Amino acid sequence: MNRVLHNRFTIEKAGLLDTIQDLGRYGQQRSGINPCGAMDGYALQLANALVGNLLEEAGLELHFPASVFRAEHSMLIALAGADMDARLNGEPIPLLHPVKLKKNDLLQFAALRSGYRCYMAIEGGLYVSEEGYSSSTNLKAGYGGHEGRALKKADVLKAYESTDAFLPSGVLPWTVDPVFETTTDHVRIIPGHEWERLSSQQQQDLLQQNFIIDKRSDRMGCRLAGDPLILSKSEELVSSAVNFGTIQLLPDGSPIVLMADHQTTGGYPRIAHVIKADLSKMAQLKPGDPVRFKLVTQEEAESSFIRQQEYLLQLSKVCRLKLSHLDHKL
Amino acid sequence: MAPVLFPLGDSAITIDYGNIIDEAINDKVLARFHDLQKHPLPGMIEAIPAYSSLTIIYDLFKLRSLVKQGSIYAWFAEQVKDWLGQDLAIGKETFRSIRIPVCYDGPDLISVAEQKGISPEEVIRLHLEGRYRVYMLGFLPGFAYMGKLSPKLFMPRKKQPENMLAGSVAIAGDQTGIYPLNSPGGWWVIGRTDVQLFDASSYEPCLLRPGDRIEFYSSTQCSL
Repeated sequence: MNRVLHNRFTIEKAGLLDTIQDLGRYGQQRSGINPCGAMDGYALQLANALVGNLLEEAGLELHFPASVFRAEHSMLIALAGADMDARLNGEPIPLLHPVKLKKNDLLQFAALRSGYRCYMAIEGGLYVSEEGYSSSTNLKAGYGGHEGRALKKADVLKAYESTDAFLPSGVLPWTVDPVFETTTDHVRIIPGHEWERLSSQQQQDLLQQNFIIDKRSDRMGCRLAGDPLILSKSEELVSSAVNFGTIQLLPDGSPIVLMADHQTTGGYPRIAHVIKADLSKMAQLKPGDPVRFKLVTQEEAESSFIRQQEYLLQLSKVCRLKLSHLDHKL
Repeated sequence: MAPVLFPLGDSAITIDYGNIIDEAINDKVLARFHDLQKHPLPGMIEAIPAYSSLTIIYDLFKLRSLVKQGSIYAWFAEQVKDWLGQDLAIGKETFRSIRIPVCYDGPDLISVAEQKGISPEEVIRLHLEGRYRVYMLGFLPGFAYMGKLSPKLFMPRKKQPENMLAGSVAIAGDQTGIYPLNSPGGWWVIGRTDVQLFDASSYEPCLLRPGDRIEFYSSTQCSL
C-alpha cells in the first residue's frame, strides 16, 4: 500500500532548540557515532502512546521558547514532558491528552511552567530520512531528523496520511498518568567502576548534597555544580565506552551526567550511573534546578526500568483501544 | 591475565583488559569484538571496542523473561564469562591496509617542530615513517585513534581546545588522528587530507574501522 505524504506543520517562528528525535541511533557506537535520541525517552513514549503510535516513533523535542507551529492538515497530536503552557489558537490545551488539530490551527507555547523538555508525538510519525536506522537528529555531525539540524522558520514537516479522519477536533477526553511508580524526588544512581576511588566521606558528599544543574549543561551532558570531589588517586584512564547516564568526574572535581548526545568513549573516572528509569527525571531538570542522588542496587535499577516499559506498553494498548472505539462510534 | 568485568550502568557490561595501550591487548579486544559481530550474545544491542576494553550494551527488556532470579547483569556476566572461556584465534585476522594522502602544511607544523627541536621536514618524515593501527574509534563519528607515533613527536594536548577543520591530520601523546568533522579539538594539526572520513548517507558511514592498518603518504593536492 502506498502511503501518502502530507505537509503537517509549517514553522512560523523558530524556537531555541527543537529537533526530531526517536529513542536513539544505537548499533554504530563502534565507529564513534553517538546515539543521540530523546533526552526524555519516557515522555516521548507517553506522547506516542496517546496518539496510537509505536512507542519508539520519532517525535519533536522542544526547548523553551519553543517553535510556533501552523497545522497544514488535520492531525492527531499529544504533548508530554515539560509543561510549556501550550496554546491552540490561543486557548490552553493540556499535556497528556490526544488533541486533534484542524488545518490552519496555530500551536504555540506561552511559558515554561515545569520541567525542561516537551515532546510532541504526531499520529503516523514524521517523515524523515532514516540515516543509520534512526530518525534522531545528530546536531554535531549534522544529519538525521530534519536536515540534521534544529527547526527554523519556514521549515515544513511532512508526515504520512493518518487514519484519524473520524476523530472530532480539539482535546479528546482521556489522559494517562505519567507517574508509573511512586518515587522520591531523588535521582537514583548505581555505583560506577571508579566509585571506590571516592573516600567514604566523598561518597556521602555525593549522596547528601544538593547539586545545582550548571548553565553549561546541554544535550551532551548535565554538569553539576556543588562541593568539588577530588580523587586521592588520580590515575589517567585509557579511553573506553561510556553510557547514557554515566556520571564522570571532571578534573576540577565537578561531576557531569552524560546525556543523549554523549560521546561514545571517555577517559574520566566513572563514579556512578543514573539508572535508565530515572533519565527522564534528569532530562527534565533545567539549569539552576537542584538535584539529589540516591544509591540503589543493580536489581532495583533493572526492575524499575522493566516496570516502566511494561507500564508504557500497557498504556499504549489502552490508548489504541480508546482511539479505535471512538472510530467505530462515530 | 583474566579481564575484569564490571557493569557500565544498568544496561551494559565492560570487559576490561587493563589500563594500557598495547597492541597485543588491542588484538584480544578486536578478536572478541569481531566474534561478537558474527555471533552476538542473547539480548545484545551492540559492542563497542576501545583500546583495552570491550563494552556490550544489552536490552534489559528483552532479557527479563530469560532471567529467573538475581540481576540481569549477573546473568549476562555469566554468559560473557562462558564466552570468554571459549578460545579464539588472537591476532590471526587479516586487517585492511589503507593509505591516506596528507598535505603537510598544518597550522601547528612549525610549532611542533620548534617544541621538539627538530625541523618541520623531520616532523613530516617521522609521521610518514610510522605504520599505524586504528586502536579504536570515538570522540566524533569516524574519529580513529591511531598509534603509535614516534616518541620523538610526543606532544601533550593543547590546554585550550581550538576549532578544527574536517580533514585536519593531528597528533597528541603517542597517537595520531584525523578530524572527520569541523569540531573543537586539542590536538596539534600538522597536515590535512581530502579523504572523507564520515559520510552520513553511506551504508558504512565511517571510512576507518578498529584494527585497520594505516599508512600516510605525502601529497600536494588538497582542496581545503
